[in-house]
Amino acid sequence: MLRHVHVFVQLKDGVLDIQGKAVANSLVSLGHDSLGSAKVGKYIQLWIEADSAAGARKEAEKMCDDLLVNPIIEQYSIEVEGE
Amino acid sequence: MDFSKYGIRKEEFAAAEAALGREPNECELRILGVMWSEHCSYKSTKHLLKHFPTRGPKVVLGPGENAGIVDLGDGLGAAFKAESHNHPSAVAPYQGAATGVGGIIRDILALGARPVASMDGLFFGDPEHPRTGHLSAGIVKGVGDYGNAVGVPTVGGKTVYDPCYNENPLLNAFCIGLVELDKIVSSQTARPGQLVVLLGSKTGRDGIAGAAFASVELSEDAKESRPSIQIGDPFAEKMLIEACLELKEKNLIVSMQDMGAAGITSSSSEVAAKSGVGMKLHFDRVPLRAADMEPWEIALSESQERMLLIVAPEHMEEVSSVARKWELDCAVIGETEEGDDYSIFFHGEKVASLPATLIGDGCPPIHWPSEKPADFETRWDFDLDGLPAPGDWNAAMLSLLGNPSMTPKRWIFEQYDSMVQLNTVSGPGHPVSVLRIKGRESLIGLVFDADPWKCCLDPFRGGAETVARTVRALSVAGAEPLGLTDCLNFPSPEVPGQYWALEECIEGMAAACGALGCPVVSGNVSLYNETKSGAILPTPVVGTVGLIPSPEDFLPCGAWEEGDLLFLVGPCNPSLAGSLYIRSLGRPEAGRPLEFSGEAEKDFSERALRTARKKAAHSGRALAGGGLAAALAKDSAESGCGARIALGIPTRKDVVLFGEGGARALYSVPMSRVPLFKAIWSGYPCLELGRAGGDVLSVGGAFSLAVSRIQEIWRNN
Amino acid sequence: MKTAVVIFPGSNCDQDVIHAVRDTVGCEVNAVWHREEQLPEGTGLVILPGGFSYGDYLRSGAMAARSPIMGAVKEHAGQGGLVLGICNGFQILTESSLLPGVLLPNKTLSFICRPCFLSVENTDTPFTGLFEKGQVVQFPIAHGDGLFFLPADELNDLENRGGAVFRYVSPGGVGGDEWNPNGSVNSIAGIVNPQGNILGLMPHPERASEAILGGEDGRLFWRSVASFLEKGGRRHGLL
Repeated sequence: MLRHVHVFVQLKDGVLDIQGKAVANSLVSLGHDSLGSAKVGKYIQLWIEADSAAGARKEAEKMCDDLLVNPIIEQYSIEVEGE
Repeated sequence: MDFSKYGIRKEEFAAAEAALGREPNECELRILGVMWSEHCSYKSTKHLLKHFPTRGPKVVLGPGENAGIVDLGDGLGAAFKAESHNHPSAVAPYQGAATGVGGIIRDILALGARPVASMDGLFFGDPEHPRTGHLSAGIVKGVGDYGNAVGVPTVGGKTVYDPCYNENPLLNAFCIGLVELDKIVSSQTARPGQLVVLLGSKTGRDGIAGAAFASVELSEDAKESRPSIQIGDPFAEKMLIEACLELKEKNLIVSMQDMGAAGITSSSSEVAAKSGVGMKLHFDRVPLRAADMEPWEIALSESQERMLLIVAPEHMEEVSSVARKWELDCAVIGETEEGDDYSIFFHGEKVASLPATLIGDGCPPIHWPSEKPADFETRWDFDLDGLPAPGDWNAAMLSLLGNPSMTPKRWIFEQYDSMVQLNTVSGPGHPVSVLRIKGRESLIGLVFDADPWKCCLDPFRGGAETVARTVRALSVAGAEPLGLTDCLNFPSPEVPGQYWALEECIEGMAAACGALGCPVVSGNVSLYNETKSGAILPTPVVGTVGLIPSPEDFLPCGAWEEGDLLFLVGPCNPSLAGSLYIRSLGRPEAGRPLEFSGEAEKDFSERALRTARKKAAHSGRALAGGGLAAALAKDSAESGCGARIALGIPTRKDVVLFGEGGARALYSVPMSRVPLFKAIWSGYPCLELGRAGGDVLSVGGAFSLAVSRIQEIWRNN
Repeated sequence: MKTAVVIFPGSNCDQDVIHAVRDTVGCEVNAVWHREEQLPEGTGLVILPGGFSYGDYLRSGAMAARSPIMGAVKEHAGQGGLVLGICNGFQILTESSLLPGVLLPNKTLSFICRPCFLSVENTDTPFTGLFEKGQVVQFPIAHGDGLFFLPADELNDLENRGGAVFRYVSPGGVGGDEWNPNGSVNSIAGIVNPQGNILGLMPHPERASEAILGGEDGRLFWRSVASFLEKGGRRHGLL
């Protein structure tokens, strides 16, 4: 069956997150003083044909390693619907 | 039948009914509603535009095609056009601007020309207004991201700030392309029995009825009422450019038309009507992004990055294979036939059937009532005696030079790739952008300019001044003007005073075009630029193209050398009416701009061209916004060289320095060329101003500024 | 010197590079479509040009780095052949791990196009042999993602081996944030691999190769490559 997979890509800690910094600065300047920090990442949705949720996860991990994620700067997490 | 909900007027419905001999059905009404909108039909201005001179020895293709073409010599043509994308940019600045750039590039591509450069006209509100920062940042990023990715350099433009654009910013995009004259692709060459092909992106629900949206005032709830805005995909556009040019090179297309406003319907019915053929379209064959689209939605979708091709059946296979190479969708959606019938089928059922000529040309024109506002001439009251000369000249200068409409706008143009394609000889930040043509001697000069304030004070004179300014700038740079394109940005034509201003502006522009031998080869009209908080100033924008025979004939600006003599050519009676100086003082616009003199302008242009060709000067700059003072400051800062100026004339110094209008220029001339320079300008007002040198720019009895101070103001602006 | 310029969907400096190389060193230049799996016989230099390959939609250069032709490019590089990535080409080289590091969005978060001054930090490469060490050249930049980033330890390694070939500087050759347009670590504008045969740089030498376009410093760059290739043409040794 076609399984809906959610991939969240974030910059690794220690990598300069200029977009996160800009977002944080803007929010603070709008008066959101409670803000500690902000990070900007990517959210990718995949629909994968797989027999099991675990199978879909495995395939998604391969896709992340092959293309979706640059391991030098990024880390990711995966959620498979129905898992 | 409630036709008004489709934006159709009573007389329009009657015209459609009469032509069809029956009531149009809903799908047909929706099509006519969009195709007969102001944006698509020019029903309020078609008759006015006839006043423009459109022919000339260098005009290959005038208005009526996707763009105009002028002759560059030796079988090469320059295709160019400017187009507005104002309403979309007001509600979705980034996407509106991006798709504006994409649209004008496809207009040029449709003629088989390779797009080589863009320019942009940006009209933003008061920099202090809360929306201006957001709108201007989004529009600039949209222009940049699209043009940069697609690989067409943005080489120049015009940016203006005025509170009248607070809620209604303007984006005018200009593009120029090169095409061999014997390989021009036309939208008028379809023959019966050929295939109608859709190439490019899939069709979705984006921008449905966008043209109708651009044909009314922007409402308060524009955000809710806006059609789903088009999203630009510059990557797809780049593929489309390469694919179309490859198809052209291989002689695989009979006819081509880009898809902009009103999408498939507009492009296909135009090809049919102009070529004199009928057309049968099958909308179930259109590649869709949303499966459940209605026929009328498919007809009017403004999804971007699509082209309509007419292909001979025997070439279809090869066309498909080129499309595959460039990873584009390509579908045969219909065929041409004898006659004038334009029919749309959906799963075998005929859903619309209209005469092709009716769709494009059948809309009854509207002659709105025109009336000069009763109190109009009170705008000309200007009490010069009531305007004291600056108490602190240096402060006055610094305030003028720091005015956002005056600064070089580095923050804008550095976001644009101005160099890709390796043709940019003189890029943004200069009054004339100059491109080389690889493998040839000659250069192309481009100017994009506007002066809404003078158009507001006197639309006829302002219109003429706008055209004249572009021709002056080109002539001084050594470029002979070949033709121009215009964007007429105006408020609602339904207000008699506003319609009158539109008429007057066009008359003034036409007069200047005629006197200067610079025909209009393409253009666009954008009306209804107003919101509840007010109407924009009349804003005709002009993009003029000129030819410089060789690199040696190009006279740059900002190239003073130590010891050069500085000359002001032109009359010493400029006007402070509509000047940047008056605005920088925060005073209301008043006064009457100078009268346009065709003879003086022509005389000036010929002498300026001779000055450049005979290398009689090191540097030349036509005077424009900010007058002589601004020209001195710009040249001085760019040259990194000061000057000592003495104005030995009785006229008020602030008027001479800050006044605008008329055919005037500032030249720096090496001592050895002074006799030649004087001979060229003999019989024309020519005033020796002083000598270039040192690191201070000073005008006796007025200001004295370190060159580094001026450079500093402009470094980060 | 026989040159191959790879064209990816979305490349837009391919024709510029072809023009500049032909114009300055007059050599044979072949355009190679990204779907090819082999380079033309006898290719000495492969250039990955600037542009927005695949729209740069996922990460700049990410999808191009997985193109069919990249196998042949890697093989060419493995045999000591020269590979040059300019702008998007540099991004493709880091994405395909032929060069270390990554190119992040500029510190301004906006695209920047302007002439920049660079100091030539290492002249012992096939690409910079005719320059003088410390020479200041002017090449324009035009990119949105040009901030070169490398984790601290790897950065040390890179610097220790002289891998930073070009650095953003003042016209007088002095470094500093003011002259670093995009926020690159150590103001790095271009780097070379340990073997010295793969160079990536963000500035565009092809845009500085003709006087009429405002600068000719790029000519020396192309001549350096040509002269290296004329003298034998393969680079194996470590720097």
